[in-house]
Amino acid sequence: MTGLDLDIRHSRGDFSLAVQAALPASGLTAVFGPSGAGKSTLLRLVAGFERAEGRIAFGDQVWSDQGHFVPPHRRRVATVFQEPRLFAHLDVRGNLSYAARRSGAEIAPVVRDLGLEPLLPRRTGGLSGGEAQRVALARALLTRPRLILMDEPLSALDQARRAEILPLVEGLRDRLGLPILYVSHSVGEVARLATHVLAMVQGHVASLGPAEDVFANSAAAVAFGGEEPGSLIAARVIGMTDDGLCRLGFAGGEILLPEPVGPKDAKVRVFVRARDVMIAAARPEGLSALNILPAVVHAVGQVNAASSDVILDMNGSRVRARVTHRSVRNLELSPGRACHAILKSVALARD
Amino acid sequence: MTAGDLAPFWLTLRLAAIVTAILLVAATPLAWWLAHSKSRMRPMIEAVTAMPLVLPPTVLGFYLLVALNPSTPLGGLWMNATGTSLTFSFAGLVVASLIYSLPFAVQPLQAAFAEIGRKPIEAAASCGAGPLDAFMSVAVPLARRGYLAAAVLTFAHTLGEFGVVLMVGGNIPGQTKTVAIAIYERVEVLDYPAAHGMSALLVALSFAALYLLFRTNRREAAG
Repeated sequence: MTGLDLDIRHSRGDFSLAVQAALPASGLTAVFGPSGAGKSTLLRLVAGFERAEGRIAFGDQVWSDQGHFVPPHRRRVATVFQEPRLFAHLDVRGNLSYAARRSGAEIAPVVRDLGLEPLLPRRTGGLSGGEAQRVALARALLTRPRLILMDEPLSALDQARRAEILPLVEGLRDRLGLPILYVSHSVGEVARLATHVLAMVQGHVASLGPAEDVFANSAAAVAFGGEEPGSLIAARVIGMTDDGLCRLGFAGGEILLPEPVGPKDAKVRVFVRARDVMIAAARPEGLSALNILPAVVHAVGQVNAASSDVILDMNGSRVRARVTHRSVRNLELSPGRACHAILKSVALARD
Repeated sequence: MTAGDLAPFWLTLRLAAIVTAILLVAATPLAWWLAHSKSRMRPMIEAVTAMPLVLPPTVLGFYLLVALNPSTPLGGLWMNATGTSLTFSFAGLVVASLIYSLPFAVQPLQAAFAEIGRKPIEAAASCGAGPLDAFMSVAVPLARRGYLAAAVLTFAHTLGEFGVVLMVGGNIPGQTKTVAIAIYERVEVLDYPAAHGMSALLVALSFAALYLLFRTNRREAAG
């Protein structure tokens, strides 16, 4: 089954957007890129708040094509905006039933899942940022959507509130089986949430695919903008060592993490910043680093005047390393070169 | 004050109530359009809507008198339909007051709609509400302070109009003799005590209306 199928162009002032992409029908696809890349505009076009040239289809429904336009309220697309946009003239219960009345959804299960009972009689003006965004999330679910759009829903929240909402988004992703399109410019959020990534730069698609692949794709480097680029590694918990390290298994071997991350066989994702990856021509001895893995150079791409990103392949898992041009020359790094990757610091993917 | 002095009051209150009710409904789509349109026509429509604010009432009244008399298409249509003239009648006063008081209804509503913006409407659409549904269920309740202001201003302004009424309506007791004209008439014959009575009542009414408006606004703001 296909999800969202886009072949659209849009321009406003001197900004222009051209996106051609077929997005998966389930899971969370992060629309990722620096500010000004057109991420929010893309979301508004998908929602139908603005009209695009070209074609937008979802499943077997055409939403927008020449002379054909399905208005936003008939698309069954729920949008969670950056700010909660709750209706100020209604209390929390009123906001939820506004959506439920029009979709026929039942309020009680959603209220229970998101822990909203105590908030129901409250006025929206008195809610904290985190509470308001939780209500907005519930309201979106109560529209019984076929697609959920989230436009940087955490960006207006502080760290603690984010930590409160993130698991909810994860829960939706895992339980609903609905496609979610999630705009973010935060590497941390994307690393933790995304099953797929649509990397955008200047109104165009830089890369699209499973999150691990896009993070390791040199074309996507520019989508990181000012943020720290890095790689995602999908792994599985093997167990704990006697001295308190957690053993994770992945395609390229084993990674040790200095903290327990979950029960045996739990699926986790770790994030390695590109500048925390060193490359050695031969296996180094006498290093304090725990994670030293054999690898093969897959690709080398220049990122600025002095540095390159080297994409290392570890038996199918790709890891990005940021090194200087000088090191690339000295180590003769070119596709096919066998080497060792030293992961100086590995973290569980979380915001 | 005599019972005869009260008749113009009832007439005026009836006029103000009818005009306010019609304008709140009729000004809504116009105010919405002015608040959201990006059309190049907008400044022109805005200027036309605001004209009654700056025109001398006698000028407005004169043109309305010309436009509403039975020899014009509109006046003739009314004549044919009702057998009476639109000028020098209560219906004519209503039509004239609708135009005269239009900006007092449109401007508070336009400001309220502009302040609401598109965001709540988009949120409503994302909840499955069509444009009209979203407008009625979100925009109107959010603009309630604008509606209150529009109602009070339109009502109070219609209460006190003089020039337009005199030009279009003349001074027919029970038909077009409003309070303002009755006061003028009393002063002409140097009946100051009667003029005082009616004027004081008008002052009290206007103050009460405005006081109600500002008190409600304050309560709303305090939430």
